[in-house]
Amino acid sequence: MSAWPTPPPYSLVGKHGVSPDFTHDERARFNFLAQLNTHLAAQVVPGNARAYETRVKPAFEAEHGRAPVDRHEVRKAMLRDSYFQTWSALRRSSMELRQQNGREVVLRQLDKLNAKAAALNHQSPQLKLNPDVAIPAYIRKVDFHCMPGGYTTELAADDVSAAANYDIGVFATTGGGLGCFNDGAGLAVAQWMRSRYPDFNPKRILDMGTGAGHTVTAIAQAFPDSEIISVDVAAPMLRFAHARAKSLGVNNITFMQANAENVPLPDADFDVVLTTIFLHETSNLAIRRIMAETHRLLKPGGLSFHLEQPQYAGLPLFEQFMRDWDALYNNEPFWTRMHEMDIEQLMADAGFQRDKMFQDKAEGILDETIFGKPKSDVEDFGRKAAWHLFGVHK
Amino acid sequence: MMEKKPLDWIALTGAKPLGKRPYFFDDPAVERVLAVTMAVAQEVAVLRERLDTIERLLEKGNADFSRADIDAYAPDPAAATERAEWSRMYIARVLRIVQQELEALNTPENNVDIAAIADELGRI
Repeated sequence: MSAWPTPPPYSLVGKHGVSPDFTHDERARFNFLAQLNTHLAAQVVPGNARAYETRVKPAFEAEHGRAPVDRHEVRKAMLRDSYFQTWSALRRSSMELRQQNGREVVLRQLDKLNAKAAALNHQSPQLKLNPDVAIPAYIRKVDFHCMPGGYTTELAADDVSAAANYDIGVFATTGGGLGCFNDGAGLAVAQWMRSRYPDFNPKRILDMGTGAGHTVTAIAQAFPDSEIISVDVAAPMLRFAHARAKSLGVNNITFMQANAENVPLPDADFDVVLTTIFLHETSNLAIRRIMAETHRLLKPGGLSFHLEQPQYAGLPLFEQFMRDWDALYNNEPFWTRMHEMDIEQLMADAGFQRDKMFQDKAEGILDETIFGKPKSDVEDFGRKAAWHLFGVHK
Repeated sequence: MMEKKPLDWIALTGAKPLGKRPYFFDDPAVERVLAVTMAVAQEVAVLRERLDTIERLLEKGNADFSRADIDAYAPDPAAATERAEWSRMYIARVLRIVQQELEALNTPENNVDIAAIADELGRI
């Protein structure tokens, strides 16, 4: 058992070369939010199901003479319920506090932080930025998770502020649910690969939509002999991810500014092509192009897989509705459409064979000395560190 | 030549993200008040944590600490556990009304209108 409380104090968050300095009160703000989010998930969320079962669904049935047929009908009915309104207003308010708190830490020391990253990135052949890469509409039009400016806004030269703010706030949003280095998903992917393919040592791995690099850096640490290419369209994220990885002693990743729909690399170039927690931030046409690129870039016999929250098919309507909350009220608009797609059809359309597809699960891996033994109790509808993994062999 | 205007970083911290903000309460004014209240609630928690840090530094017997010592303070597991416990109680206090609404939902038999009970007591 861990001696630390859940969630643990923010002072335990892992430090790296592009960590901003924190004042006491800045850490205290994130401590408050981690506690608030934990409270909302454990104590307040369950009342939504109760409100639905005891008054919202009966009222809907009385009015329509039938039960709701899809999650959209559930949502329209729940939006009129005072309990759901209260929880939603609190959760939205918590997300806005989180953004302001993170941006305060980062923006007050913007120049110093950008200089730290620039020193780590200076003339590195493993950071390949390309200002000619067009930012696709699905990134340009959305400030994901209510981050003002999204992933791509640059407030100064060599800016890393968007990524630094993303990095420092994950702990507060998830109550530490992704670990002190926010890499619980990367550790989960690495362990999943090792246990499913114990003798597999891929020479080249492509990670698409790499973001701040939390996941790919953990994968690179687990596969130190692999050569990894990470692509993303957002320069601030790539600068940060590269600097962070360097400062953690990870040298087997090249970060490249490119669109995952059109990666400037040759056919059959990779043993593994993967995405983690990325596809839901694209669009209906983009996800098809990304799948086609996956097929093109993968060697025959290669492995591709994608880590996401579970698809909606087969889930109760109420759970589908709750999982849509972040899509509609925390700026993840494609989330709702992506989770209703037939992903095997998507892979088949890209040229993959159905008999070589698989679906699996992966749970986040955390440091037990701080977080204790893993426990699967609180379901926060889309924010739990437990994912669905789908993929295919070429 | 025009001098480059420095960033108003304080204004930037609270910038609005793209997209229309959802308002959940029937009257948006209620939601505005809630958002203000939660921001103030956060700041009360921050003040309390700072006071707790100062008390713990004082308990170490050295009154000669600086603001830098406060910024550098990191609780050990015992102190972190006590601070987390205070936070849990604090949030439970602030959100008491939500807890009571949930209890009313969970046990409707304990949620009878008091006027109805008064009528009943007048009869029995």
